[in-house]
Amino acid sequence: MSTRSAGSGTGAHEALISGIAQRHAARPGGLLPALHAIQDELGYVPPEAVPTVAEVFNISRAEVHGVISFYHLFRTTAPGRRTLYLCRAEACQAMGARALESHTKERLGIDFHETTADGRISLEPIYCLGNCACSPAVMIDDFVHGRVTPQRLDALLEEG
Amino acid sequence: MTVEAHRVFVPRDTTARSMGADDVAAAIVAEAAGRGESVTVVRNGSRGLYWLEPMIEVEAGGARHAYGPVQSADVAALFDAGFLAGGEHGLGLGPTEEIPWLAKQSRLTFARVGITDPLSLDDYRAQGGYQGLARAVDLSRDEIIGIVTESGLRGRGGAAFPTGIKWRTVLNAEGAQKYVTCNADEGDSGTYADRMVMESDPFVLIEGMTIAGLAVGATIGYIYLRAEYPLAIRIMNEAIGIAEAAGLLGENVMGSGRAFHVEVREAAGAYICGEETSMLESLEGKRGVIRYRPPLPAIKGLFGAPTIVNNVITLASVPIILAEGAEYYRDYGTGRSRGTLTVQLAGNVRRGGLVEIGFGRTLRELLEDFGGGTATGRPIRAVQAGGPLGAYIHPSQFDTPLDYEAFDEIGGMIGHGGLVVFDDTVDMGEQARFAMEFCAIESCGKCTPCRIGAVRGVEVIDRILSGDDESGNLLLLRDLCDTMVAGSLCALGGMAPFPVISVLDHFPEDLRAR
Ligand SMILES: Cc1cc2nc3c(=O)[nH]c(=O)nc-3n(C[C@H](O)[C@H](O)[C@H](O)COP(=O)(O)O)c2cc1C
Ligand code: SF4
Ligand code: FES
Repeated sequence: MSTRSAGSGTGAHEALISGIAQRHAARPGGLLPALHAIQDELGYVPPEAVPTVAEVFNISRAEVHGVISFYHLFRTTAPGRRTLYLCRAEACQAMGARALESHTKERLGIDFHETTADGRISLEPIYCLGNCACSPAVMIDDFVHGRVTPQRLDALLEEG
Repeated sequence: MTVEAHRVFVPRDTTARSMGADDVAAAIVAEAAGRGESVTVVRNGSRGLYWLEPMIEVEAGGARHAYGPVQSADVAALFDAGFLAGGEHGLGLGPTEEIPWLAKQSRLTFARVGITDPLSLDDYRAQGGYQGLARAVDLSRDEIIGIVTESGLRGRGGAAFPTGIKWRTVLNAEGAQKYVTCNADEGDSGTYADRMVMESDPFVLIEGMTIAGLAVGATIGYIYLRAEYPLAIRIMNEAIGIAEAAGLLGENVMGSGRAFHVEVREAAGAYICGEETSMLESLEGKRGVIRYRPPLPAIKGLFGAPTIVNNVITLASVPIILAEGAEYYRDYGTGRSRGTLTVQLAGNVRRGGLVEIGFGRTLRELLEDFGGGTATGRPIRAVQAGGPLGAYIHPSQFDTPLDYEAFDEIGGMIGHGGLVVFDDTVDMGEQARFAMEFCAIESCGKCTPCRIGAVRGVEVIDRILSGDDESGNLLLLRDLCDTMVAGSLCALGGMAPFPVISVLDHFPEDLRAR
């Protein structure tokens, strides 16, 4: 789930998306790997990817859209520079994840699935990072942090 | 004259890194350079004593000595104390193998986890790796499956189905192409054993899948690996490349003339895709909607072909069973629960981590002897066993032995072996509400009792908590749970009510008007 720069021009995306789709179309079950590859490159799967991918895979647009929308981790809008995934699952709840969640939303002034106005941070819920022995846990881009207190989270958000 | 470098082990596993292991590794390198000491830092896997992470080790006097939890600020003092030679320091834990928490375990599946460099094939082989496959190569398919059946191994992903029987069904099914799929979706909160295997001993999973492939005549294996585990994805992919280069995967596995290939497929954050038919849909590149059964995946699975679906721990247990024999494995455990269980202590627990132990110990032994009670020092109020669909267990039930059948009797579930501990500040009404909320978020939408029922469940619990017709809504909640249990197509809708029912039964004081 690495997140690269969100890029700009849509026209430039077109060629990239079609290239990725072509590379994966022949693989059995290649649609998910293709969508992941697009998201790895662009940070999200832009709406204009749907017709291109549908055409290359020779399936309907509805089918492509259906797959994208089924999975929580595909996003269809550009993310902020960093994405903060906050674990909401039980082992983290047992160590204060609910308080951490309200603190984070208040501090950033956004809800889940939103990005701060300055484009710095997107906030996403996640259900377990496998870090349950050192909960509560968050992941920033693809690095997991354990035993995250509100103070520690503030410090992490200050960095980089 | 060459001076042999001191070897210092600093884990590279997700949890160790989440607690600062990378900084510690960098600090050790810098400090050693400053002092002119010759040090090699090995990034090993984690031993799973997670409350002690980052736990570093040094080789001294023929044994490994542990120190932890170490922060980078402690490194200079460790050098001052002569830790490179096992010197005494306040963070010293003594010889690693003698730490009681570890010494009391039976590490079979986890034999190498935390000891080796995960990506060193030499380490893997030096510690017994690839002996199981070496044996399997000389056996008939029937003999391999016979050994797995004899071992008593049952699926560790949740349903506890006998592995040998599943494999035999795949072997006997007609199909030119067969598949081995590894379920590495590990969605249950409180579980991380699969992650540990993939990050700390990836070759054991590759070896187990290869043996499964030989046993049923499958040439292709897929690991369906959750996207929430980016490090495991990276390490597994590297390990596959190393195994291919060494002729342990590919067209001619270990010179046997038989082919087996493994590929990682990244999931995309849907809990339901851990259910095997949903996982197969997802591997086919579709929405992860549950399939009707029959046919069983063993007969018509991936792309309609006979397919093994097994959990990571199940497959990772196969190499040692082949290497040491069925009896060796079966001798651990009790009743119909044979071998070892990988318990994962999580949540509000003082000594959280991975405990691999023969079936039959009581929940209390795990929570108290290993776990040491809660992290906050307050009394334990409840333990959720078996993931988000598992019941909340009340302290009066803590003498239940860890055994599939015994847990069944108390309406509980061992599942994938996660134990999530809560202290007495937990609001069980909130926990019941979350069970329904999670089901609503993760429902695949195929059947009404789950899709609609879970949303209704949240509403009804909200009404109870806000004092709106409490007794009427409590009855309604029971009713709704019954409908979901009886009418759902799969275990998401069929079991999500279990934690709710356990709160109604054992913690009714929390499901009341506020
Ligand atoms: C909602 C749901 C989620 C599941 N999630 C997982 C999972 O993450 N990992 C897993 O191995 N099994 C999971 N299972 C169980 C699988 O359906 C299946 O039983 C298992 O992968 C078979 O492998 P085993 O026999 O080795 O346990 C889940 C089941 C359900 C109903
Ligand atoms: S119970 Fe829920 S997850 Fe399972 S098939 Fe029905 S709607 Fe899908
Ligand atoms: S429950 Fe949060 S990391 Fe597992």
